[in-house]
This record gives sequence, structure tokens and C-alpha cells, in this order.
Amino acid sequence: MAGSTLAFPSAERRGYSPWRETWRRYRRHRLAVVSALLLLALIAVVVFGPLVWRVSINEIDFTARLEGPSLAHPFGTDDLGQDILARMIYGGRISLAVGLAAMAVAVIVGTLIGALAGMSRGALGHALMWLTDLFLSLPQLPLLLLLIYLFRDGLKAVFGPEGGIFILIVLVIGGLRWMPVARLVRAQFLSLREKEFVEAARALGASPMRQVVRHILPNAVGPVIIAGTIDVAAAIIAESTLSFLGLGFPPDTPTWGRLLFDAKDYLDIAAHWAMFPGGAIFIAVVAINFIGDGLRDALDARRVI
Amino acid sequence: MRQYILRRLLIAVPSLLGISLVLFTVLALAPGDPFAELVTNPNVPPEVAQALRTKFGLDDPVHVRYLRWLAAMTQGDWGFSFVSRMNVDTLILQRLPTTLYVIGSAQVLALLIAIPVGVFAATRPYSIFDQIANTLAFIGFSLPTFFTGLLFILVFSIKLDWLPFVYTTDIKATGIHWVIEQVRQAIMPVMVLGLFQAASMTRFVRSAMLDVIRLDYVTTARAKGLGQTRVIVKHAMRNAMIPVVTLVALQMPAVFGGAIVTEQIFRIPGIGSLLISSILSNDTPVVMAVTFVFACLVVLFNLIADVLYGWLDPRISLR
Amino acid sequence: MLDNELRTMIDEVKDGRMDRRAFVQHLIALGLTAPMATQILAVGGVAMAQSKAPYKPTKRGGGGPLKLLWWQGATLLNPHFATGTKDQDGSRLFYEPLASWDAAGNLCPILAAEIPSTQNGGLAADGKSVTWKLKPGVKWHDGKPFTADDVVFNWEYARDPATAALTIGVYQDITVEKVDDLTVRVLFKGPTPFWADAFVAVVGCILPKHLFADYKGAKSREAPNNLKPVGTGPYKFVEFKPGDLVRGEINPDYHMPNRPYFDTIEIKGGGDAVSAARAVIQTGEFDYAWNMQVEDEVLLRLEKGGKGKTVYTTGGDIEFIALNFTDPNTEIDGERSSIKTKHPLFSDPAVRKALALLVDRDAVQKHIYGRAGRTTASFLNGPEQFVSKNTKWEFSIEKATQLLEEAGWKAGADGIREKDGRKLKLLYQTSINGPRQKTQAIIKQACQKAGIDVELKSVVASVFFSSDVANPDTYSKFYADIEMFQIPMTQPDPAQHMRRFHSRFVATKENKWQGRNFPRWVNKEFDAAIDAAEAEVDPVKRAAFYIRANDIMWEDTVVIPVMHRLKVGAAVNSLRPVLSGWTNDTDNIQDWYREA
Repeated sequence: MAGSTLAFPSAERRGYSPWRETWRRYRRHRLAVVSALLLLALIAVVVFGPLVWRVSINEIDFTARLEGPSLAHPFGTDDLGQDILARMIYGGRISLAVGLAAMAVAVIVGTLIGALAGMSRGALGHALMWLTDLFLSLPQLPLLLLLIYLFRDGLKAVFGPEGGIFILIVLVIGGLRWMPVARLVRAQFLSLREKEFVEAARALGASPMRQVVRHILPNAVGPVIIAGTIDVAAAIIAESTLSFLGLGFPPDTPTWGRLLFDAKDYLDIAAHWAMFPGGAIFIAVVAINFIGDGLRDALDARRVI
Repeated sequence: MRQYILRRLLIAVPSLLGISLVLFTVLALAPGDPFAELVTNPNVPPEVAQALRTKFGLDDPVHVRYLRWLAAMTQGDWGFSFVSRMNVDTLILQRLPTTLYVIGSAQVLALLIAIPVGVFAATRPYSIFDQIANTLAFIGFSLPTFFTGLLFILVFSIKLDWLPFVYTTDIKATGIHWVIEQVRQAIMPVMVLGLFQAASMTRFVRSAMLDVIRLDYVTTARAKGLGQTRVIVKHAMRNAMIPVVTLVALQMPAVFGGAIVTEQIFRIPGIGSLLISSILSNDTPVVMAVTFVFACLVVLFNLIADVLYGWLDPRISLR
Repeated sequence: MLDNELRTMIDEVKDGRMDRRAFVQHLIALGLTAPMATQILAVGGVAMAQSKAPYKPTKRGGGGPLKLLWWQGATLLNPHFATGTKDQDGSRLFYEPLASWDAAGNLCPILAAEIPSTQNGGLAADGKSVTWKLKPGVKWHDGKPFTADDVVFNWEYARDPATAALTIGVYQDITVEKVDDLTVRVLFKGPTPFWADAFVAVVGCILPKHLFADYKGAKSREAPNNLKPVGTGPYKFVEFKPGDLVRGEINPDYHMPNRPYFDTIEIKGGGDAVSAARAVIQTGEFDYAWNMQVEDEVLLRLEKGGKGKTVYTTGGDIEFIALNFTDPNTEIDGERSSIKTKHPLFSDPAVRKALALLVDRDAVQKHIYGRAGRTTASFLNGPEQFVSKNTKWEFSIEKATQLLEEAGWKAGADGIREKDGRKLKLLYQTSINGPRQKTQAIIKQACQKAGIDVELKSVVASVFFSSDVANPDTYSKFYADIEMFQIPMTQPDPAQHMRRFHSRFVATKENKWQGRNFPRWVNKEFDAAIDAAEAEVDPVKRAAFYIRANDIMWEDTVVIPVMHRLKVGAAVNSLRPVLSGWTNDTDNIQDWYREA
């Protein structure tokens, strides 16, 4: 990151646009391409899955409780005899959407605040760090209960029950997870903005905006991507905690985190119940991570591929 | 530098006041009731619960309660727990040693794993070691602690019967046996928590190192033959430490704040479990005290991190 | 019809013309059970046979440690401040009441020399006073003698509003006077058929006057002994860490022979119910764990390990669904679910009846509560003489459908029934708790099949059961169409349990939703039955009134009883815990022992 030379000018001289160059580099990263396809496949399954797998998600069948994988129930059943595959397909929409959206909120807010704090040399920087410290110290549970209490009915009225809750959850999870990103970005900025190449850009009359977007940010993106992938996993799990507190989707909505939580007491009786949602979260995390790695490598102009 | 630290400490006072005001408001407005358990008990008439609320000042306006809290705090009075009917500082001090021991060990473990593994993985990116380390890290943060904790209990306590899973604070043994028991009962919680944190930290360390190591290749290639390599490496390594320092500074307050889920699973009487039970029973004085100390630590470690940035990269101007 | 016969027999027992056993056998012949017969005698004013729990140990101590695991640790050790079972249980190791309840719901003397009765002159004929004789020679842990002054002091202590005791409800309306050093008299304002409340069981624990006299009223919080109990109990205090650990050691001067059996005792707190069950049943790290709210499936699998088993005790705890008689969606003078409104759907009795037909109690019992639940159609499930035989439940989607069809609720295009533009859509709320969410799922499915759309909602327990006026999610505000939870019965008498549905207790904004009649149901006949029962000293008539009251609730479908819940504990195989469904688990802790 702490570069003393820039590769961008040479790339431009060769007549490539930086975005095409990035795409070309990304395609070279085989794991990243595979992961992108995997994530797309996962999304396709949860979106179109119900058209193929037409088993009801809450059909209770006491004669088929806690059954292992079979043809009738490829992922087995839970303790009420409900089909885990159907539930995972349904819940996956919410889990993936919440995970990705909350990650986006956390990364965008964190990067924005971290960048502003890192560039500012005055009161703004202090104020933003104060805000970060404040959010880090807030006890989450009472805050969540307060938020539900204040906003649930209002959001429901504006966006409908499902949409309102989705927005609330994404904002809450993202809103409580941006602080590490902000701290990391600020730390990178403090160091990067004093580097020669930024000074050079400054001397050449680059606006602060241009300094940030073209020069500092691409070099600070590493930790942001890592934080982003961790946030996806954390958000999927956090969603289940929220629904447990009555803030999330109704308790019978089988999100992945929720399934994992429900399955934990049956771990020694019916391991399959936990394995599938746990595995799904893992696959999503791995895919997103390699996509992030690919992006980082593609954006990192110094790396010659 | 000294002047800078002094100024930051002075700024910390009003900023902590501001934080405490927000914390107090959130806690006061959050729904719940310290006497909820009484409500379905047909033996306790509802007026009793109401009288208790009045007695503990729960029906006063928020700003009155905040000023009362602040006044008491400046005199060193941490408040009085509604639920336990004892002083909050006694409650916290009772829990502190266990928290420091278990959570502190977990943090140390996380660092001891993350830094070497991260650095080593970064020196050989996409090697077999790197791939394994990455996969384990992904598993590590995909699985929540409530799950891994249970898995550990099933394997090590129930199947193998090696380790106890209920943490006791009054171990009967003395001398070396006491130490052994103390270590034995901490193994599982420390592993669960330490590995969970090591997972994400490894990824950060690897990424930070990767950034400087790649740079190093370029520089070395350019500066072929020049003896500057060591200087650059030293300089670069220091830069790689900046995200790591940030992360550690983010984690340190947790050594005081405890880990709610892990403490719950292993019945560790730490501050995390005190906090969660106080939150669930709306024992505001306890929650306020714990979160306020936590806030102080957050601010303090943020300051420490900033000072360290300046030391790691002298070009960072501290203002 | 039975009334006269029964009363004659009770009189015969009282006069000694018939012995207890003959009476019990008569009643069994009439189709009643033995505990019920003793209960009838008991409330009829006949001295109860003392608890016959066989206690085997022949000497005090020598039993080693007793390790108890409560998944919520005690947070304080003053019984008058106890906010929940966990606190009462912790302080009960050290403090004792005059008498406690046994498994059958009989009183057993602890600090009392005998149980008051009409025969021994303890109970006044007009039902307005009780005289307790205290056991002589009882000593506090610090060696001071226990006397009537201590008992009187506890009444003064608890009834003082400044003390902020949670037991104030028990003590504020009575008067307690000292007759002599070992006799106290409790005076009631009116005839009180159920007199065994003050100084009995969990709310009756007695503090030593000499240590608490200076800390009555506003200074109550400063008492050093709030954290260091000095009682008369089988164990002496050693250590207390709030929320984590209570530790005690044997009291060598305990006032009962050969008791206690164990040398030390500890209650460890925290964690969750499932892992507590594991620590007792699977690994045997602990001897007993309390309140196993765990799916039966899980418990059955754990028990295959063989180190321990679950133990069940029957009381009167009822899990039920309440129907809102007011409209939760219309606001009148800033109040939803106002008593001035009528529920748009439930004002049709057919809808209420149909809903009662859609609760598959068998499935709930079989697949969720298992051995910890019994199906029931009654809100009042104990003690036996108060249990109605006239109610019967049924699960039938067909009948529910038919009922709705006949009442004019026709299925719309979306499959949801409607009538006059009102759709059968219900909001079903409960507190967050695994078995409850599963019960919700089962009932929702049955409702869907009958054309009723159900939206589920669950609220954190600390909010749901809160008395916080500002919160809309509490059970007493009832901003939903139906809600489900459990009401425990804390003593073997229905007075408190049934009174709450009296119309004068309707929860409204005016009484800050503190009224306990949360379904906001008003029924003159029910009110009359309750009023009559509360003034009735004749036990048989009184029981008949409560049975009638229960039947009215069923006929009107105010609540749909789901499960009569049993208390579940987990014990290692060698432990012989003495438990009762009518009181806390530690209320007879002096009688616990271990068998090889």
C-alpha cells in the first residue's frame, strides 16, 4: 500500500480504461471467478429454488421428525418434521440479502466516516472519532430493544411488514458494525496521506476528492475487504439473534442463523439440522471473501498479473 | 508528544460526558422492567411493582435521573443495583478477576495465533499453508460461538470426559492442584473465544502483510544491488502493523466487557454475564456502570492506538 | 348432591366419630383420589397427617456436598426482597417459614410445633384468625433463640411500604400479635377460608429480629445481613456471589433430628437449561438442576446416558391462550384494546369456539412438552377438589370449519374466511421461549387449514411481562388478538388464581394496565361465583363455586387452556430430592438425602 510509485499512468498510456483493466485482472484470479459464480449460483438457488423444490416450508409432519437426509427430504427434517431444504431455500433469501446489504451499509458508512476522519485535520476528525467511540460503547441489546420499540410500527406502516423489517434489520446490523471499518480506514488514511505519491498528487493540484478516490482509497482497501467479508458472516448470525429478540422477522421465518440456533440443542441427536445451514453460511462467506480478494488484487495496480 | 497526549486526555472528559448522556438516555428509554418477574406471580399485587418503580425513581423524568447519576458518580458512588440490592462497584469487582483471566487469555491466544500465522501465510500467498489457514479462518468466523462452544462441550466434556464445562469460582483444591483445575476449566472457553477472534485477526494480519510484502518485491527489484532493502523492510513492516494495532485497540476493551455468549455457555461469572442478566432484568445502574467503564476504555485505547500510529510511522502528524 | 353427605362426614371426622382413613376410603369409593380427600379434610379444618416422606438417614451430616445447578443464579438472599424463584430458592437454604407444602399440597410444620386446626384450637370457627404454636428450642445460626417476637417483627418489616418488601401483599392486610413467647396469632379482616399464606412456604421465611430490627423501613437496603443470611435453616451461610454462587455448610444445631444429610451445599447459577440438564444427567457434575424447560425429546435422549433422570411434580401451572375481548386495533382516548370496544371477530362466539377446536393439545403434549405437560380443558387444574369434571376439549379442523361456515364466515379468494368485510386474520403473540414458538407453529398450521390467517409475534420475556406503562408489547396491554403464556399457581388454593378474571380487575389505561383481567372479559355470573367463593368458609361449597367459575370461563371461551404444566427437575440417580408442585424446589431442602 505504501507505494512510492504509481502504475496508473502507465496503464493509461497503454490505452486501457482503468475499469477494463480491473476487470481483466479480476478474470485472471481464478478463485475469484469461481467464487463469483458460486455466489451467483447460491442466489439463483434461493430465488428460483421454490419453483423447483415445491415442498412447503412449514408443513408439520410428526411422523418424520428429525430424519436424516433422504430422497423425500434431501437435507432431512427438523423436530417438527419440517423440510430443512425448503426452509433453507426460503430463509436463504433473507440471510443472503441481510448479510450482503448489512455488509454494504457497514462498509460504506465505515469507509466514509473513516476517510473523512482520516483526511480532516480539525474538529471534524475529532467529532467523527467521538461518534465512533460512542457507537463502540453502546450496549447493543438495550439499544436494539429501544429501536424496535421506537421504529417498528412506523417502518411497518411505511414499507409494509416485510420491507419495513428488512430495512430496519439491515440498518441496525450495518449501523452497529461500521465502527471497526471506520477505525481501520482512518488509520490507513493517517499514514497514506503523508506518503510521497499523495504529496506528489497534491503538489500537482489534485483536489482532496481526487487524492482520496484515485490515490489513497485504492491503497486502503485491503482491510476494508476483510472487514466486509467478516461482516457478512456476522450479519447472517446477528439476524438470528435479532429475530430471537423479537426484532427480526417473525419467529417462524427459517433464516440460516435461526436454523443454526434452533439446531444447537439437537447437535448430538440430529447433526444434519445444524450442518446444512452452517455449511451454507460458510460457502457464502468463502465466496464473498475470494471475490473480495480478487477485487483487491485487481485494484492493486502494483501487482503484475 | 506529551502535549498531544495531555490535550487528548482533556478532550476525553467532555466527550465521555457526552457518551454517558447518550448511554443513559438509551438505557432509560429502552423498554423493560426490573420487576418483570413479579408480574405473573399472583401473590404479588400489581401495586407492589408500581411502588417499587417509584421507590427506585424509575418513573422520574430521564434528565432528573441522569443528573442524579452524574452527581453520585462524581462522588465515587457507582449506584445501587435494583435487583441485587447491593452496591454496583462490589458486584463488578467480584466479577473482574474471572473476566480478566478468561477473556484476557483468549485475547492473548488470539494474538499468538493470528500474528505468526498471518505473517507466515502472507509470505507464501496461495501456498498450501496459506490455503489451510484461510479455510480454517473462514470456518472460524462462519460459526458463531454459541455453536462452537456447544461442539466443544459435546466432544471434550461429554464424549471424552476430559474437561469440566461448568466454571467454578470456588475450587476446593489448593496449591498446584488449584492451578491445574483453574487452567483445566478455562481451556474450553479460552479456545472458543480465542479461536473465533484469531480467525478474523489472521485475515487482517495476512492482508496487511501482503500489502507490504508485495511492495517489497517491487522495491527490491527496482533497487537491485542497493543495501537499502533492510531499511525498507523495517519501515514497511512497521506500516503493516498499523491495521493490527487498530484491531488490538478495538479488542482490548472487551477484556473488561467480557464475552456474553461464551460466558453464558460455560457459566463463567464474568462481567459479560453480569451485563446480560442486568440488561434482561433492566437493572439500569449496573448496566450503566459497566457500559460507562467500557466507554472509558474505548476512548483510552483509541488514544493509545493514535499514539502508537505516530511511533510506527513518524510521518503521521499528531494534532 | 354430594355436598350434604360430605359435610356430615367431615363433621364426623372432626368429632372423632370417623377416622381419617375411613373418610379417605369413602371418598375413594365415590371416585375421588386420596390426595383430594385429604385436601377436603384439610380445608375443612381437620388436622392434616404430617408429611410421610420416608427419611432414611439415621444421623446428621456425612452426606458430602450437595451441588445444585440453577440456570439463573440467585441475585439476593433476603427472602422479603426476592424477585423470583431463583432468589427465594437461594435464601430458603438459610431461612425457614413456619410451615411448607408437601407434594400432595399438605402443610408440614417447619418452625411451627404443629399445623393449626380447628381441633387443636389453631383455627377460629369464624375463619377470622389463626394461632400458630412455635417449636421450642429453635436457635438462629448465631445461637440466639427463635421466638414469637421474630415472627411479629417479620410482619412489621414486610408490611412497611418503606421497606419495599415484595411480600408486602401477603402481610399488609393482616394483623399479627404475640400471645406468648412461643405463640402468635394472625388476625384477618374478614372470614378467610385460605389462611395458610402468611409465614408459610416461600413468602413466609422469617428473618431474625435481632439482626434486622435496626434496618426496617427506608434503611432496609443497608442491612449488612442482606448479603450474609443468619437464619434457622439446615445450612449456615458461607459465601454469596450474586448471579453466580450461593454456598452453605451444615448447621450442627438444626432443629430437626438427623437432618440435614449433606455437609455442604451450593447453588451455582447461570447458563441455559439444556446444558444444565447435561451437567446432571450426562456428566453428573451436579446433583440436581431446576426448571428444565427443555423439549422432552432432548431430555429423553440425555437420559439414555444413565447418570441421572428427570423428576416431575404436579401443581396447578397452566399454559393457555387468552382471547382479547376488546379491539386491539381501534384507539379510544389514546387507548387500544379499550374496554369500551368489542373485538370485531371474537364478538362472534362461533369464532372463539372454532379457535378452541383448532388447538391440537395432543400434538403439543406429545411433541413439545412430553412428560412435562398434561392436556386439559380447564384453567383451574388443582388442587384436585377444585378441578372441574365438566369440561372436555376436542381437536377437529372439520368441526371448526363447519362452525365457521354455519356462522357465515365464508372463504374468500385468498382462502381466508371473511364476513361483512371482516377477514379472519389474527395476531398471535407470546414471549420468546422455544416450546412456545413451536406451539405457535402447530396452532398456526391448524388455523390455516380452517381458513384463519395467523400472524405470529414473539416478545422478549423481560418486555412481555413488564409493568412498564410506556411499552406496547406487554401481555397486560394485549395489543394483539390472542396471546399465550403461563400463569403459575404458587399455593394450593385457587383464590388468587381465579380472582384475576373478575370484571373489577379489567386492565385499562386508567389503572395503568395493572388490572389482571387482561382478556378484558366481563361476565356477571363469573363475578358472582368468585365473590361468593371468597366469602365462603364451607370448603365444599367454596370448591363448587370455583368449579362453576372455571366452567363459565370454558363455556365463554375466555382462555383456551393448552397444557397443565408440571415442574421438571433433573437429578442424579442417587439423589432423593423432596419436591412439591405447590412450592419451590428448595422448600423442603432439609429432607433431601442420597441413597447409594
